[in-house]
Amino acid sequence: MAFLDVENLKVHFPIKGGIFGRTVDHVRAVDGVSLSLEKGTTYGLVGESGSGKTTTGRAIIGLNNITSGKVTFEGKDITNLRRARADFRKDVQMIFQDPYSSLNPKKRVIDIVAEPLRNYENLSKKEERKRVQELMELVGLSPESILKYPHEFSGGQRQRIGIARAIALKPKLIIADEPVSALDVSVQAQVLNFMQDIQKELDLTYLFIGHDLGVIKHMCDKIGIMYKGRYVEEGTASDIFDDPQHIYTKRLVAAIPDIDPKKRDEQRQFRQEVKAEYEQSYNDYFDDEGLAYPLQSISDTHKVALPEKG
Amino acid sequence: MSEKLLEIKNLKTSFRIKDDYFAAVDDLSLSVNKNEVLAVVGESGCGKSALAFSVMGLHTRAKIDGNIMFKDRDIAHMSPSELNKLRGKEMGMIFQDPLTSLNPLMEVGEQIGETLFLHNKALSKEKRKEKIIDLLNKVGIPRPETVFNQFPHELSGGMRQRVMIAMAIANEPELLIADEPTTALDVTIQSQILELINELKDDMDAGIILITHDLGVVAEMADRVAVMYAGQIVEIADVHTLFENPKHPYTRSLLNSVPNANEAQDKLHVIQGIVPALQNLPREGCRFKARIPWIEDSAHEEHPELHEISPGHFVRCTCYKDFDFPESEEEKHGVS
Repeated sequence: MAFLDVENLKVHFPIKGGIFGRTVDHVRAVDGVSLSLEKGTTYGLVGESGSGKTTTGRAIIGLNNITSGKVTFEGKDITNLRRARADFRKDVQMIFQDPYSSLNPKKRVIDIVAEPLRNYENLSKKEERKRVQELMELVGLSPESILKYPHEFSGGQRQRIGIARAIALKPKLIIADEPVSALDVSVQAQVLNFMQDIQKELDLTYLFIGHDLGVIKHMCDKIGIMYKGRYVEEGTASDIFDDPQHIYTKRLVAAIPDIDPKKRDEQRQFRQEVKAEYEQSYNDYFDDEGLAYPLQSISDTHKVALPEKG
Repeated sequence: MSEKLLEIKNLKTSFRIKDDYFAAVDDLSLSVNKNEVLAVVGESGCGKSALAFSVMGLHTRAKIDGNIMFKDRDIAHMSPSELNKLRGKEMGMIFQDPLTSLNPLMEVGEQIGETLFLHNKALSKEKRKEKIIDLLNKVGIPRPETVFNQFPHELSGGMRQRVMIAMAIANEPELLIADEPTTALDVTIQSQILELINELKDDMDAGIILITHDLGVVAEMADRVAVMYAGQIVEIADVHTLFENPKHPYTRSLLNSVPNANEAQDKLHVIQGIVPALQNLPREGCRFKARIPWIEDSAHEEHPELHEISPGHFVRCTCYKDFDFPESEEEKHGVS
């Protein structure tokens, strides 16, 4: 039994039209996604903007309504949150993308970090303060700064306040939605190192959503690539980066800028080849509507969306 | 054949905070040649965008000292009306965020047409439209005739950025400043936009200042690279030298902190401390000193200068000679 199981998840948003505002069609933001996470690992969900990766994360935690499909967490069905056990929300937390807009600017750090504690644990003021100070220390911020406001911190520090809030209730799963996209490289390094440290310390499981393939490769054990609400490929980091099978994955991997200026021309040529291949074989990899086919296993860990042979 | 297009001499851009002026770009000199991409790299707050805005004369409330020589004319102290004759014609700029820098109430064609009209009023309306369609084609927008009459919100991020580029190059500028042109975009679109900028460089023989914090983009695009920290250039070299033989502790730290898709690393390097706020910048001595505390004080210069250590390769301060990454966490806090 996997730690988190998502089966054939669909999230469709209605498009309203006409004078009566009737639903005329649906945007299929997530269209049949299945994934499973093992405890203590990091799963990377990659895709371009609009591919449905964030919607998938939000649907799992319950911020978007699920149209159909099933989400199981530690063997219990949590698809419909109202019927789910109450402490699910305690066990699954989220780190948001933008550290500037995900912290309430009118609240002090102590109130931001203590909010989940106030919801789930009856602590006295003194205990609460102590817990918040411990959390601040854990994320590498000074415990004295709990009375400050978010604007008094830098971007990396804010993101760590967001992390302190996320780990306040000792969750088991953290959904990190592009946690470092808004940060500078050196700050990004700080946050990534820190996420790895607390993962070991607290035995956390991450669902890491991102579009920076360098970061994803650095962090993740298993990776899923999404395109237009569907999976095009899933596998371990080496499956995806060393042996990409789907043309979309190939193109994505080829587009990563290489940090070695000597390989510039080589890289450019390679990219052109992949682009040509992409244009040529587009119809082999996508169906009539431009969507990906269902996944098929090509090895124990590696799955690719290919048309059925026949 | 390299010909100097832009030469910045001792530029100092200061902003007023309360009653004092603080320099965001502090005594910076550099030059850009024709048909060259100069990348300016640094973290947020290092002054790289302030530099770009100063060159374009967009910091109307900042105090600007020093000279910016563009084709032998000093544009640092030009009046806005004089500048307007240059901006959009001989100098173009691509801004970071295409959603906020395009006018949401104007059709794409009209927006691009405005630049054309202002610098060449004799051009007839039909000719202008022809030219705009040409431009849209050039930047790789499919169905330019339709896009001509669309509003920015109807286009995707990548398309909007292309419209921005079309506007910037409408009058074939000799100097193009690209301020984080691909930061808001996905990797596949990023590679297309960078390819496009490269083609434009060759087509128009333009000088390009590429401002970015993405070292991968720098490695792919730049001919020369200037690394900025706290308003100063700390290292400048051609791209191969900079990536193969980086000297300044800041450059080396930056390169070490990038997660590389091609190599597995255990731990990423973290630069200690934070970039100080503008008011708190250390103005005396080596500005990077506080972030490498394990290096002894005597390694730094009292008044750090750029030293030419090989032709075209300049490094500020002498601390690079003694610099090495700490092996353990304890050593990091090092000599106090």
